[in-house]
Amino acid sequence: MERTMKKYFPLFVMPTLMAFFIAFVIPFLMGLYLSFCKFTTVTNAKFVGLDNYVKAFSNKGFLSALGFTVLFAMVAVVTINVFGFLLALLLTRQIPGRNLFRTVFFMPNLIGGIVLGYIWQAMINGVLSGFGVTMLMDAKYGYWGLILLMNWQMIGYIMVIYIAGLQNVSGDVLEAAKIDGAGKLQALFRVTLPMMMSSITICLFLTISNSFKMFDQNLALTGGGPSGKTTMLALDIYKTFYDKVGFEGVGQAKAVLFFLIVAGIAMVQLFITRHREVES
Amino acid sequence: MRKKSLSNTILFLVLSILAVLFVTPIFFVGMNSFKGRFFISDRPFAFPQGELFAGFENYINGVERAEFFSAFGWSTFITVFSVLVIILCTSMTAWYITRVKTKSSEFLYFAFVFSMVVPFQMIMFTMSKLADSLNLNNPLGMLVLYLGFGAGLSVFMFCGFVKGIPLEIEEAALMDGCSPVKTYFRIVLPILKPTAITVAILNAMWIWNDYLLPYLVIGVGTPYKTIPVAVQYLMGSYGAKDYGALMALLVLSVIPIVVLYLFCQKYIIEGVVAGAVKG
Repeated sequence: MERTMKKYFPLFVMPTLMAFFIAFVIPFLMGLYLSFCKFTTVTNAKFVGLDNYVKAFSNKGFLSALGFTVLFAMVAVVTINVFGFLLALLLTRQIPGRNLFRTVFFMPNLIGGIVLGYIWQAMINGVLSGFGVTMLMDAKYGYWGLILLMNWQMIGYIMVIYIAGLQNVSGDVLEAAKIDGAGKLQALFRVTLPMMMSSITICLFLTISNSFKMFDQNLALTGGGPSGKTTMLALDIYKTFYDKVGFEGVGQAKAVLFFLIVAGIAMVQLFITRHREVES
Repeated sequence: MRKKSLSNTILFLVLSILAVLFVTPIFFVGMNSFKGRFFISDRPFAFPQGELFAGFENYINGVERAEFFSAFGWSTFITVFSVLVIILCTSMTAWYITRVKTKSSEFLYFAFVFSMVVPFQMIMFTMSKLADSLNLNNPLGMLVLYLGFGAGLSVFMFCGFVKGIPLEIEEAALMDGCSPVKTYFRIVLPILKPTAITVAILNAMWIWNDYLLPYLVIGVGTPYKTIPVAVQYLMGSYGAKDYGALMALLVLSVIPIVVLYLFCQKYIIEGVVAGAVKG
């Protein structure tokens, strides 16, 4: 069978492979190389060694964006997972209309980041105008605005994954715990949660990596303002590339660092998942 | 029993309040889309009536200024055809590299998986330059770019499923004289259908809402703007901002998604869960 199939390599694999080279492999390798160059277009690149990386770190924008992103991720990850889990717990009980509730809570997840960002910009500015301020007057409004937006978008998504996890927790084990005299809270913390560790790992990493990679919502809600204080990593890279001429190399170096952070998060996730699979 | 139904009633009330809070932003935007543009920032929570009511003025402005119908058309074109191309090409590739076990298949699989963890910002500059020089900066070229950048996740998901299909079925078909192409279309693709639906949903959600790739590759100076690009173009440009037109445009952008969601809810939620668990 393998031998007959091999003849069909040009038909089965070539189209995907060519597109993959154009849209990923070549740009990725070029990007890696260009992060060590000074350039304005791809053709006039001049090798400058680690210069761009030194500039990326001495540039205040990158470190403050990193700090803001970490601060954002910490609060967003905790709130989204706690609220998502609570909703999942409630919506796996026998409650009238629970399918309708699930539908409503999940819906914001389908709306794109740009549209979401402007919906919330209008809403938050509407509320703040009652106090005579706008969102761009203080970075704290933008920060909490982003947290609120991200919660609104992701709670329903995280909720459905937790619901799927909860439905896998066997009723027999819970029954046994109840007979052994476990209270409701005890059953939740000692039985349900440990049995859901794989769902929890998935949700934690989904929220962490989505928080780190956030771009559209950031661009639409605050655009990074006031004076760049609510700029997250992805937006900072974008601005380094396209807002001023002559910093393309620094932008590419920041992009490589960004890639290393995101890939690092994925590696940790992989390690934890594998580790747990071996244990169980 | 009575105690239980009481606690359920309370829960029901709490959830109802939460649900209302969840749809408030959308209602807020909907309400303001019918107000005169200057009342939106002055009286954001007032109901659109009397002098505040502006009829469909904002909608007419929004559709005109953002060329909404053209954007809707291009968004639909790019999303539908990219998803079809992705499904067809990546399922073939996944079948091939799972069945033909060579060093290069293994390496390809690794490369596809690797591409999943690379954020778009890493390649955005070089990819848009390359796309320009290859004349891919048009809606048809976008199909190639989405196939290439979306291949990682799709190949990965199809491979996971192909591994579970018993080899005997395909071998029997080949022995009966089916060519690999026929075997693929008659045997493999129908078996792959559930995974194909999941892959289609995940890719459609990504491509429909994607902003940066079409913005960088196609840009705003062309008639091929997609919906996210058109929305950002209306608001991101300098000068007097028409919030009335924006509100109307936001409502128009949300409607198709909500309608589609109400019809294919089951598939969408299942697809998203399956995608999260495997990805």
